[in-house]
Amino acid sequence: MIYLDANASEPLRPEARAAALAAMDQGGNPSSVHRAGRAARQLLEAAREQVAAHCRARPANVIFCAGATEANALALHALGAGRPVLIGATEHESIRAAAPEAIAIPVGADGRVKLAALAALLAAHPGALVCLMAANNETGVLHDIAGAARLCAGAGALLHVDAAQAIGRVEADWLGLGAASLALSGHKLGAPPGAGALVTRPGLEIRPLIKGGGQEMGRRGGTPALPAIAGLAAALGAPYPAARLAAWRDEAEAFCAGLGAIAAGAGAPRLPNTLCLVLPGMRAETQLIALDMAGICVSAGSACSSGKVAASPVLLAMGLGGMAGEAIRVSLPWNARPEMLAAFKEAYAALARRALRPARQSA
Amino acid sequence: MRVVVAMSGGVDSSVVAGLMARAGHEVIGVTLQLYDHGAALARKGACCAGQDIHDARRVADRLGIAHYVVDSEARFRGSVISAFSDAYAAGQTPVPCIACNQHLKFGDLLEMARDLGAQALATGHYVRRVEGAEGAELHRAADESRDQSWFLFATTRAQLEFCRFPLGGLASKAEVRALAAEMGLPVAEKPDSQDICFVPSGGYDRVVEKFRPDALAPGEVVSEAGEVLGTHQGIARYTVGQARRLPDRAARLVVKAIEPGARRIIVGPRQAQSRLVRLRDVNWLAAPGERRAGVRLRARDGLRPARIRPEGQGAVVELDEPALAAPGQAAVFYEGSRILGGGFIL
Repeated sequence: MIYLDANASEPLRPEARAAALAAMDQGGNPSSVHRAGRAARQLLEAAREQVAAHCRARPANVIFCAGATEANALALHALGAGRPVLIGATEHESIRAAAPEAIAIPVGADGRVKLAALAALLAAHPGALVCLMAANNETGVLHDIAGAARLCAGAGALLHVDAAQAIGRVEADWLGLGAASLALSGHKLGAPPGAGALVTRPGLEIRPLIKGGGQEMGRRGGTPALPAIAGLAAALGAPYPAARLAAWRDEAEAFCAGLGAIAAGAGAPRLPNTLCLVLPGMRAETQLIALDMAGICVSAGSACSSGKVAASPVLLAMGLGGMAGEAIRVSLPWNARPEMLAAFKEAYAALARRALRPARQSA
Repeated sequence: MRVVVAMSGGVDSSVVAGLMARAGHEVIGVTLQLYDHGAALARKGACCAGQDIHDARRVADRLGIAHYVVDSEARFRGSVISAFSDAYAAGQTPVPCIACNQHLKFGDLLEMARDLGAQALATGHYVRRVEGAEGAELHRAADESRDQSWFLFATTRAQLEFCRFPLGGLASKAEVRALAAEMGLPVAEKPDSQDICFVPSGGYDRVVEKFRPDALAPGEVVSEAGEVLGTHQGIARYTVGQARRLPDRAARLVVKAIEPGARRIIVGPRQAQSRLVRLRDVNWLAAPGERRAGVRLRARDGLRPARIRPEGQGAVVELDEPALAAPGQAAVFYEGSRILGGGFIL
């Protein structure tokens, strides 16, 4: 099996595995007053400090939760209350579903949010909460967070950045640029699933979405998932081979373009590992199944829990029309090897030949 | 060989997947998601996938085969549901299962199977495919009570070559259930599906109302001489050939015609029937030509001896005994157990 779906979940990183196993073996509840509790608490706070250091935040402003979906929901709940909410047109479902009344900020054909449109929306909706993803999950396109943050600061708006795909893969200091908060997810970094965090700048009141035993300084109830949290912190510290992945991605992109494919968002700065390929004339599900039968795991559009593949709202927002149903996402994992790329290229070439075979329309 | 199996989540197609896997084929299970189950059941927040998709996945897991859910909602809405409503609004009585077989199962899904490099598409239909001297032939199922050949008449010869119907030769449904139990499939006891899949609990008028409210507007019931005999609550509720009793009349009258423009239902005495039935979009599964055949005018009807004359893309059926044929339904030609072809009644 060749796994090229890192944006769905990065393969487990050894550093994260070791940290998670150690936390699991140690046991204990960080809320307990005895020595076992203190030992668990020490692990939790060490992880919090690591995450804070990575995000250039204060440890007190790191709130652990179940994942980026919850972190996004918490940001909307705590920071969006009483404010108009503006979200990028290509935001993740976890933002769109949690903010059904939000106003969409349009994106250009390259997938980047239009700053002029954002400026106009900020003027029309003073004191807004703006939600933008640092990197898009389907195309890897990086929004201009610095530019958006400047506009938000000028308009008295708060900026929440969903960094689930970007953190650990690109160098950035979003809080330093002016973001109020960041959402991140452990399993997108190569940690076991089950942990994420909302990281904020100081001075923001975070009312809990889930009340409980006062954990996370009253901002998120429930016993923290210590093994997943320890794994998250360890994965953040693991080196990421960005330059190597970008070179392989570019090579695959050139190869597929030569077969007639179109790379979505290729005109914008992107994550190093992500390639969104449109193969005109062949439905995304057919591509996905054919590649899966060849042992290659990629994804398409936004798969719901049934596994149904629908046309990608992200690509529709980018103006791709019917081609939004003909795109697959290839996302290289941190441990990609050249032979994975070779196998992908071979399978994709077979697919492209079938898509273009002349008898197809009349068969 | 590599085989795509259309898996609905029911016991029939599950057994087909099991039989194909048992025969050593590389099986790709595909479930077409035809409509939003949450919306169809008017249950807000329900997942888009219903129990059937879940069942199909569990069967595939059990068999150790690949399984995919393919979104066919837009296609189903356009080619089946809205066409179904439009046909009623035009005074016809459509057969949505034929449209679904034609456009989705043996259209899009078969094309996908070819794109995936499969050598065959297998389904759980109760029909038999027999290798004849001039290629594949379509025959009725061994179990007459389960036969679905009438619904498959529009399958083209090229499509038929590619298809496999492993259940067509089985003696009974009990045999299928026994096979499911033997394979340990979690759907062995699952009840058979009823009626039209996208119509909630039999009320097709609710679907028609959503797409074509005009087909449910009231109108007049008139005699063939033009005398107004009563009123009706929508032409979509009537089918040509149906016997209806008007509230203040002793004799049962038969629906002779439906006039969609005037929203009138024409009724008359049962005796007045016709020997000529005109068909459009005829599909031939044997060499086209003038010939005698048994003709089935509805799904649950006997065979009526007739002569078939091809006419352009259509045909004229000359029945030995007069009958009332409902526009929109299919007329399918049989010679013994073999399906020679068929068309839609004009």
